[in-house]
Amino acid sequence: MRSGVGHHIGRWQALCRGQHIVTPTVGVDVHTLAALPHGTDISPCQPVSVACRGGVSGPAQTVRMTADLVIEAESLVKTFGKTRALQGVDLAVPRGTVLGVLGPNGAGKTTAVRILSTLLTPDGGTARTSGFDVVRDAERVRQSIGLTGQYASVDEDLTGRQNLELFGTLLELGRTGARRRAAELLDWFDLTDAANRPAKTYSGGMRRRLDLAASLVGSPDVIFLDEPTTGLDPAKREAMWDVVRSLVNNGSTVLLTTQYLEEADALADAITVIDHGRVIAHDTPDGLKRVVGGQTLEVRPSDPAQLPRTAEILTQVGSGAHADEIRKGVLAVPVTDDAALTESVARFATAGIAVTELSLHLPSLDEVFFTLTGRTAAEDDTTRPTEVAA
Amino acid sequence: MSTLIDTAPTRSQGLSTTTPNPRPFRLVRHSSALAKRSLIKTWRTPEALIDVTLQPVLFLIIFVYVFGGAVAGSTHDYLQFLLPGILAQTIATGAIAIGVNLNTDIAKGIFDRFRSLPIPRSAPLVGAVLGDVVRYVIVTVSTLAIGYVMGFRIETDLFRAIAGCLLAVLFALCLSWLPVLVSMKVRTAGAVQGLMFSLIMPLSFGSNVFVAADTLPGWMQAFVNVNPMTHLVASVRGLFLGTPLGNHVWWTLAWCAGFVAVFMPLAMRAYRKKI
Repeated sequence: MRSGVGHHIGRWQALCRGQHIVTPTVGVDVHTLAALPHGTDISPCQPVSVACRGGVSGPAQTVRMTADLVIEAESLVKTFGKTRALQGVDLAVPRGTVLGVLGPNGAGKTTAVRILSTLLTPDGGTARTSGFDVVRDAERVRQSIGLTGQYASVDEDLTGRQNLELFGTLLELGRTGARRRAAELLDWFDLTDAANRPAKTYSGGMRRRLDLAASLVGSPDVIFLDEPTTGLDPAKREAMWDVVRSLVNNGSTVLLTTQYLEEADALADAITVIDHGRVIAHDTPDGLKRVVGGQTLEVRPSDPAQLPRTAEILTQVGSGAHADEIRKGVLAVPVTDDAALTESVARFATAGIAVTELSLHLPSLDEVFFTLTGRTAAEDDTTRPTEVAA
Repeated sequence: MSTLIDTAPTRSQGLSTTTPNPRPFRLVRHSSALAKRSLIKTWRTPEALIDVTLQPVLFLIIFVYVFGGAVAGSTHDYLQFLLPGILAQTIATGAIAIGVNLNTDIAKGIFDRFRSLPIPRSAPLVGAVLGDVVRYVIVTVSTLAIGYVMGFRIETDLFRAIAGCLLAVLFALCLSWLPVLVSMKVRTAGAVQGLMFSLIMPLSFGSNVFVAADTLPGWMQAFVNVNPMTHLVASVRGLFLGTPLGNHVWWTLAWCAGFVAVFMPLAMRAYRKKI
């Protein structure tokens, strides 16, 4: 399945732009981007705005793109009864970039997306999507957005093809246009074989692909992805990431909400962390990782007697701190670079140390929150195990 | 060599082909696309048609053979009298289903998707209402079919018989805005069903469906004579059997217009407010 979607990326580019493939590059290399210099003065509990890098470009383009905000929200407020879902949220997404909105369940991520996509009216503040006010010009906003989420879904009784054709008709593609567009999208998302089955018979991964395909029928400029991979297994999650990368390669602007720092790190140019309806941090993935402690390399040597020598090697490859035993028989060390993983493997081999577990972890959402707020995420989601005791 | 610069201009070109140069009759086109969706759903779940297929059959058999002798002296005479009434009653209860379906449908993601599309906000509701016309046609056909098997005969002509059927379908179509409104206002599908039955039942029994209105006590006749169901039944009887039509057809049409004029805007408003 993963190879399936990856394989289709080239055609994707043509699909989204209605033109020939422009760049042979596949995917935005987050790590390359991350290496670029940028302002990093992030401080917890104090939202700071960071000039967005957004692309492989010099300062001139940075200026242009900072001015060219496709999504901009100022002091959004939304209250449901006594629940204050949003208490003054600012968001900004430059054209052609991905903003990751990170936060636990109930943080206000979905409310923000629903306001930006005209499904909800804010109680306070203003928001513009594609240059149009989401309240006054809702109709024009709707012409340029695609929405995929837990809620904006497809009709389960209709087949995949009927769903896409219905949206094509509603988007004024005409009968043949809608039919052609549906066929294209089914092909690109590897759903052609299942095209004539009701959507309720689809697996979780197929269902997500159909949801995403449905939001792309009108070739939208701006794509909202509300927790696009929640509940998907790792392979399907990566396939979905490939799709998102190819959308961005084609110039779409994406606002993505997620509970996973890993996901935001893999896809986003900038991350806004929301908690209890407030922005508690805004930075590049690297800036955020610097604040919350970067990655952790965890190793379990097969022979517990090797723990001291393993710790020694880990301390050498790590970012400076001493390797600690975080669970019985498992050593962990903070690292700044993915290369630490391969380097440690090489060194263990040379030293003749066999390991049964070796993994590289980003901090969990809980740890991010603990670092930023000094407390754990109250409504933390339990679908993902927390690796390290906070 | 930024992809941005390369692709930004084509983006806007791409957009202009997909965004509506607003063509006329948008509401009609969008609603019929959405009505087609309702039809596909009906086709996929034939068991949801029980209320419009089995119910008229059961009602006709039970009422004709249980009450026919007592009420009209002969089962055949009662069948002739009762069939237009049963048609009106089952077509009206058949309109309840749209409220039940919308109530469950709207909680699902598909309506949020519709609301994020550049289509008239009312199109999903109008589409659902229009899609249910098929159900009303099925009621009419199954009532007449079982009626013919039991010995019912049209006593006028084909033209007037068809006019009677169309009037019944139109009545249900207009009345269905009431269950649509109710479905936006109450929380569960069960509540829609319960509330609608308690509204439709007095209308169908407090009418001329089962007995002639002049056999009823005076205070009840006052209600029966303004009851929209009475006018519909009297119209269908007249068109099927040649009994005097009076102003019943006009009254029926007036009620239909009234249903749409009152319940449709209220339903639309409730739909917009709902989340």
